Amino acid sequence: MEFFLEVLTGGLLAGLMYSLVAIGFVLIYKASGVFNFAQGSMVLFSALTFVSLLERGVPFWVSFAVTLLTMIALAWAIERVVLRPLVNRPPITLFMATLGLSYIIEGVAQAMWGAQVHGLELGISDAPLEIGGMLLSQFDLFSAATAGILVLFLSLLFNKTRIGISLRAVADDQLAALAVGIKLQRIWMIVWAVAGFVGLVAGLLWGARLGVQFSLSLVVLKALPVLIIGGFTSIGGAIVGGLIIGASEKLAEVYLGPIIGGGIENWFPYVLALLFLLVRPAGIFGERAIERV
Amino acid sequence: MGATPLLELQRISLSFKGVKAITDISFTVEQGEICALIGPNGAGKSSLLNVINGVYQPDQGLIGFNGQRYQKMQSHQAAVQGIARTFQNIALFKGMSVLDNVLTGRNLKVKSSWIEQAFHIGRALADEIKQRQKAEEIIDFLRINQWRNSIVGTLPYGLQKRVELARALASEPRLLLLDEPMAGMNREEKSEMSAFILDTQREFGTTVVLIEHDIGVVMGLSDHVVVLDYGKKVGDGTPDEVRKSPEVIAAYLGTTH
Repeated sequence: MEFFLEVLTGGLLAGLMYSLVAIGFVLIYKASGVFNFAQGSMVLFSALTFVSLLERGVPFWVSFAVTLLTMIALAWAIERVVLRPLVNRPPITLFMATLGLSYIIEGVAQAMWGAQVHGLELGISDAPLEIGGMLLSQFDLFSAATAGILVLFLSLLFNKTRIGISLRAVADDQLAALAVGIKLQRIWMIVWAVAGFVGLVAGLLWGARLGVQFSLSLVVLKALPVLIIGGFTSIGGAIVGGLIIGASEKLAEVYLGPIIGGGIENWFPYVLALLFLLVRPAGIFGERAIERV
Repeated sequence: MGATPLLELQRISLSFKGVKAITDISFTVEQGEICALIGPNGAGKSSLLNVINGVYQPDQGLIGFNGQRYQKMQSHQAAVQGIARTFQNIALFKGMSVLDNVLTGRNLKVKSSWIEQAFHIGRALADEIKQRQKAEEIIDFLRINQWRNSIVGTLPYGLQKRVELARALASEPRLLLLDEPMAGMNREEKSEMSAFILDTQREFGTTVVLIEHDIGVVMGLSDHVVVLDYGKKVGDGTPDEVRKSPEVIAAYLGTTH
């Protein structure tokens, strides 16, 4: 029983790491109804910028601030160059644009900082900590706390302020949003900047775990099942989806692994997501499509 | 009627990739009047509304609004100046409730900053109460109370049209642009919508420019009728004057083409 709890808790904490990445997708999906293919590149770009500054002797917080400013500048540039000319185009057009954007961001990252692998030390020990008889990773606890603070900040921003309702309005109907005086450009800029910030946080934690390298942009693949289960439009859903994925993949690995062979962790989330697609395509918290027949 | 007109279009022309949609159109709309734009499909009526509220920028001409002149209007600027509108194919926020939709119309009236709103400090509370009150007033006015918490996408068409009007009215506009507010409605719904438009004009003194195909409704509702055909103005006057004009009869009955 104790062992079960330990696996479960470890899985839940690891799942929040996936949630961190998934939240970035949710933000942009909420604002434009588009799956932002470039989110992974933004995670990579921010981590790479941060670690490269750090390696050049820039202090931690200065590096953090400079990287954050870079991500805001990136959001500004994306809004100007990519989104503004595509106002009122169908979502598939925007999706294709983000696809192209991901290559550009990765290319720029490589041109600026090179392609080698960097180690990132955030000063958080990965040594296990004993809590209530369970051994838990300090690093996982730290990232879980970070995810919690981030969600709190985002829910204040999007549920309590007019930005939230404007965001949903923009996603629903751009023309109508313009007609009631919502500044489309400003909303997009805010959302992409916040998504950049979330990408930075995710990039630092994942970078510290896996090393900062180009394959970092692939962590988005694990965010996909999280989004499918939690729903593309809900930040809470991204958290719950992450917890479900994290817990179930670890439990499956430990309890099913010996029976049907190891390495389940790698594919189990996708099977789970597939099952969810059959039963509840909008995810647990996603907005179900309303259609009058 | 006020001394200066609220809206004054001067020689507006608009084309799309060389195809002329509007050619050299001028007319004025007085404060507080209901002005109808009529004409066959493709006459340029919707394009003209889009020019007025800044969705399209005209190639030539000036838009005078409330004493100011604009070579081109931006959507946001139009909203700030007090121009609100509804769309031909309802453009509501379908996933949100009726109340939330109406509240988006209050967007520009919000005074508190997002920091105040997030932490419920400063002006946030008073602001929130004010916006809700106004939204509720409009909801009462258009009698959509019983659906206030319904998700808009689930409501029948006629009601959605009314919610769209509510959202436009929530911004307390000086000029209300209605693009076929009665399209697809039966006679009863049409007379209901006409009554709401008249009430709006009387109660709030709102100036209205509307596009409508039902000539019976137009003649009963409007103070002023402008007739378009092939992007040109072919008639302009009171309903009675326009009814007798040979050009208008030609455009409508198709004797010349």
